[in-house]
Amino acid sequence: MLSLFRILRRHRDLLYMLTLRDIKVKYKQSVMGFFWAILMPLIITSAGVVVKVGLAKVAGRPIRFEEVLSVSVKALPWAFFVATIRFATVCLTANQNLVTKIAFPRAVFPLAAVASQLIDFCVAGVVLVLVFIFSPLRVSIDLLYVPLLIAILIAQLCGMALLFSAANLFFRDVKYIVEVILTFAIFFTPVFYDASLFGKWGQLLLLNPVAPILEGFSAAIVNHHAPNLGWTLYAAVWGVVLFFGGSALFQQLEPKFAESI
Amino acid sequence: MAEIVLEAKNLSKKFRRGEVHRSLRDFIPALARRAVSGSLDKEEFWALRDVSFTVEQGEAFAVVGHNGAGKSTMLKHLCGILFPTSGTLTVKGRLSALIEVGAGFHHDLTGRENIYLNGTILGMTRAEIDRKFDAIVAFSELEEFLDTPVKRYSSGMYARLGFAVAAHVDPDVLVVDEVLSVGDFLFQRKSVEKMRQVMKNGTTVVFVSHNLRAVADLCPRAMLLEHGRVAAIGPSGSVIKAYMEHGSEQQLDDETKDAYISKVTLRDSRGVEAVQFEAKGTLRADIDITARRRTEKLAVVIECRDEEMYDVFNTSTQRLGQPSFTLEAGERFRASFELTIHLAPGTYHFGVYLYRYDVQQNYDARVPAATFYVRSDVDVRGVVDLEPRIVQHETTR
Repeated sequence: MLSLFRILRRHRDLLYMLTLRDIKVKYKQSVMGFFWAILMPLIITSAGVVVKVGLAKVAGRPIRFEEVLSVSVKALPWAFFVATIRFATVCLTANQNLVTKIAFPRAVFPLAAVASQLIDFCVAGVVLVLVFIFSPLRVSIDLLYVPLLIAILIAQLCGMALLFSAANLFFRDVKYIVEVILTFAIFFTPVFYDASLFGKWGQLLLLNPVAPILEGFSAAIVNHHAPNLGWTLYAAVWGVVLFFGGSALFQQLEPKFAESI
Repeated sequence: MAEIVLEAKNLSKKFRRGEVHRSLRDFIPALARRAVSGSLDKEEFWALRDVSFTVEQGEAFAVVGHNGAGKSTMLKHLCGILFPTSGTLTVKGRLSALIEVGAGFHHDLTGRENIYLNGTILGMTRAEIDRKFDAIVAFSELEEFLDTPVKRYSSGMYARLGFAVAAHVDPDVLVVDEVLSVGDFLFQRKSVEKMRQVMKNGTTVVFVSHNLRAVADLCPRAMLLEHGRVAAIGPSGSVIKAYMEHGSEQQLDDETKDAYISKVTLRDSRGVEAVQFEAKGTLRADIDITARRRTEKLAVVIECRDEEMYDVFNTSTQRLGQPSFTLEAGERFRASFELTIHLAPGTYHFGVYLYRYDVQQNYDARVPAATFYVRSDVDVRGVVDLEPRIVQHETTR
């Protein structure tokens, strides 16, 4: 599957321009501009805080500062995940005229979709770091795990973007199915809560490939310890399988795109 | 012998007609049905069948054929958008297509941004576009509008910018499809100039067109496609001749057409079927339409082409103020036009289209549907008869 990397290198200018297009269009059309990048994470964080406060009230204990931090640290990658999947699923059908008229590797569409959302993620990340600077949060060596976790997340997302975009090209209702899954996924993903809350059953939640990454973020940034090695490895395996499997399948289906769209 | 840059060997492409499952909701039940009934053969047809040809380095090669003959399918294979069911196609070097200029423009981005976006889509690097930027802008003549979003452009400006970018790709093989009709007249001339210039530089050109005059002018060699097969290949003069001869025997029994032109008759002023007409005389064209299935909002378009298939006149029932018509299955319709022959003596082709304007769909085309000759006692040449009279003819001092 070296060819995907070769595409990335050969067509990096195209990838760059398509990413730039997506970002420019998004920020040009909206009054809020870059505020968009932090809006979703902000909403998710607020919702999470409300849930946390509610749970604390019921349990009859005060809410801890770390819990709020943990929610915001998880909300960011989760917002990135949801936005990317949502955007990437329709990226081929939205560019129908290009798919049917001009030849170049179609993989640049889903990859550009991931890249443009990654930029949103970075913008939101910078904002979060600024907030953290003014908070009493300690900095620890465990922060070094964060880039690794982001890399795993990106690998998973690239794979899913390739798979879902191709699937939606052949079957237009895939985007509705993906939408429904994304809407309910927040209940099965430890964003508002920690997997440990469920004790033994928490392990089951971690089977969700994104879950160990979110838990890892919280562990490395808020709780100052290394992410669980086994589960991180598990997520990484998902990342590798999705990335290479997704690109293999995508490239196999690619010759049929123009006549099937 | 020059190097072969383009080679098709027994290229065939099969398409499926009928049942296509656009959603899982349809596809999964269909799978189940198929498992039960066992029949899975969809209606298939060959859009291209055993097409073989070669194009040499620096050659200008034309592909002609009637609508539905497989020209566009051929082209999409050349561009690498479609892939053959069997056979092979090899292209050496960078191929670029002027098929639909401006594909990939984003309406909200400015002209400048779109030059970069479209340029990279067409295979240029950003550094390359930086280098050619001024030339592209000069070619498009849109300096003042560079920072305006292209959604504010007129369609002519839009096409001009698209062509300007496409014309600067500098490919080894250039594929041109009817782009010469895009944009305004001055720009068309520029496009032809660019094409000639590109050809002079040794770029191989594949030209797909209905415009036989342009084909004859630009390409020494041509290929005629008919029902997906190569009907003729060789010097463009003989291919164009073959194209015109095959033209009249249209696929009348094509079951897929919802409505078709069943008969075209040309009559003279006495109502007698004729092939020869007097200049300034009257020509009556009776056109019969038959509907296989209900077909809505139709109009009949007629045209007149000269010997080289160059369009000299066209109009339609709708453009002449008649309402569009709708036919039920099995119904027939007749449109009769009366024309005054303001044509110079010569051979002309009469073409008919069955067209729906609002969705721009062509239901049937017969080009040419008939060929006729114009005779005149006055010796005028060209395509029109401007009824010359000499009002002064003497030496003056």
